[in-house]
Amino acid sequence: MTDKNKDLIDQKLQDLNNDGVDRRGFLKCMAWAGTGLVWTMSGGIPTSRAFAKTNGKGAAKSGDFSFVQISDSHIGFNKPANPDVTATLQTAINKTNAMPHKPDFIIHTGDLSQLSKPSEFDTLDQVLKGASAKQIYFVPGEHDMLTDNGEQYLQRYGKGTKGSGWYSFDQKGVHFVGLVNVANLKAGGMGSLGHEQLEWLEDDLKGRSVSTPIVLFAHIPLWTIYPDWGWGTDDSEQALSYVKRFGSVTVLNGHIHQIMQKVEGKVSFHTAMSTAFPQPAPGTAPSAGPMKVPADQLQQVLGITDVNYLVSGRSLAVVDSPLADSGSSASGSGSGSGGR
Amino acid sequence: MRRNSFWVASFTASVIIAIVLLVAGSPTVTANDQPSAANAEVKIDNFVFGPQTITVPVGATVTWTNKDDIPHTSVSTEGVFKSKVLDTDEKFSYTFTKAGTYSYYCTIHPKMTGKVVVQ
Repeated sequence: MTDKNKDLIDQKLQDLNNDGVDRRGFLKCMAWAGTGLVWTMSGGIPTSRAFAKTNGKGAAKSGDFSFVQISDSHIGFNKPANPDVTATLQTAINKTNAMPHKPDFIIHTGDLSQLSKPSEFDTLDQVLKGASAKQIYFVPGEHDMLTDNGEQYLQRYGKGTKGSGWYSFDQKGVHFVGLVNVANLKAGGMGSLGHEQLEWLEDDLKGRSVSTPIVLFAHIPLWTIYPDWGWGTDDSEQALSYVKRFGSVTVLNGHIHQIMQKVEGKVSFHTAMSTAFPQPAPGTAPSAGPMKVPADQLQQVLGITDVNYLVSGRSLAVVDSPLADSGSSASGSGSGSGGR
Repeated sequence: MRRNSFWVASFTASVIIAIVLLVAGSPTVTANDQPSAANAEVKIDNFVFGPQTITVPVGATVTWTNKDDIPHTSVSTEGVFKSKVLDTDEKFSYTFTKAGTYSYYCTIHPKMTGKVVVQ
């Protein structure tokens, strides 16, 4: 990170501080060519802690915590776009383990496997065993429910969950909800949550204080990114109507193998990179199939997402890092600063 | 674009065949009016079933081949046929013994839809 970038960040953080805690639901988004890092803050983070952490500075307040999102490991995929997806998942786990602040847990947002094969799940388990964060939360991707309506997935990763694998849990005052939008998909449609899950969600959120930060995570984006490629969830509007009253809502998805984000009211949406292979930006290719990049650039378009919760602001900061560290010439995320 | 015009062409062709059948006023068709050979191929390429609508005679076997790096399925919306998951270059065949229009889709990528018209 250059000094210039650091100044830019400090300035942005200053802006955020000035905006204070009214949390008008804005987004500050910056991407640096050269590091490939995209940094997003939502909900008016009042401190520079997210940045300070990456420098190893800053005192953690009790109640602060962080977790890492990994996504789309596609264990079993062996095509030219990445002949060794196990190795890149391993790199992602190594990167997670090397973080200066130890994440409390990991969330995997689905497509653990390529073909739902037991051997693929076995390999995944083997790699994940090496994670220093022992608690891992899963939601399935469509690739994990290919053969048996997801029975095997549920047995391995969904014990104690409802329906096709949805559930919620609390961590230090933040309410997390794992949703499944890859089961029973209808011809011509996109992702789908279904009536039963929506009812459960409404019930799960009922009675919670509006000041409770909410994190929703699911495989397919819960906002419509590109319907032609099925990049959205048909009944996500209804799900989102249940979280509108909360002061801070973070939605984490995978499926599209690239970073996308937007803020709508107090809800910030974010998709993670894959650990396996990149996919093209919407509409820039004949299809959403795996994108082949030169081998030496692959690790710049794969990555993990680090999410920091700051108890003082009751909000979450989302930081994406590519597997490869900075300094290389290519960047998948452009440059300059994004806007509101 | 090419795909679209192909689709239009095959759609037009099936309309013409339908008209010919109507004019003939008879369920039997002569060899010349046969919509296609008894066996037909559908290629799955770039997340598209090609051709999206295929017209075949009763008794024809349709074979789907997945040319993508991503698995797909071919599953009848009415539950008539259901492929296993087709990985790259894997095939699925089904023989249509009754006339009708059979809609199908990829259960993994439900935006992918197609039709088999059996006549």
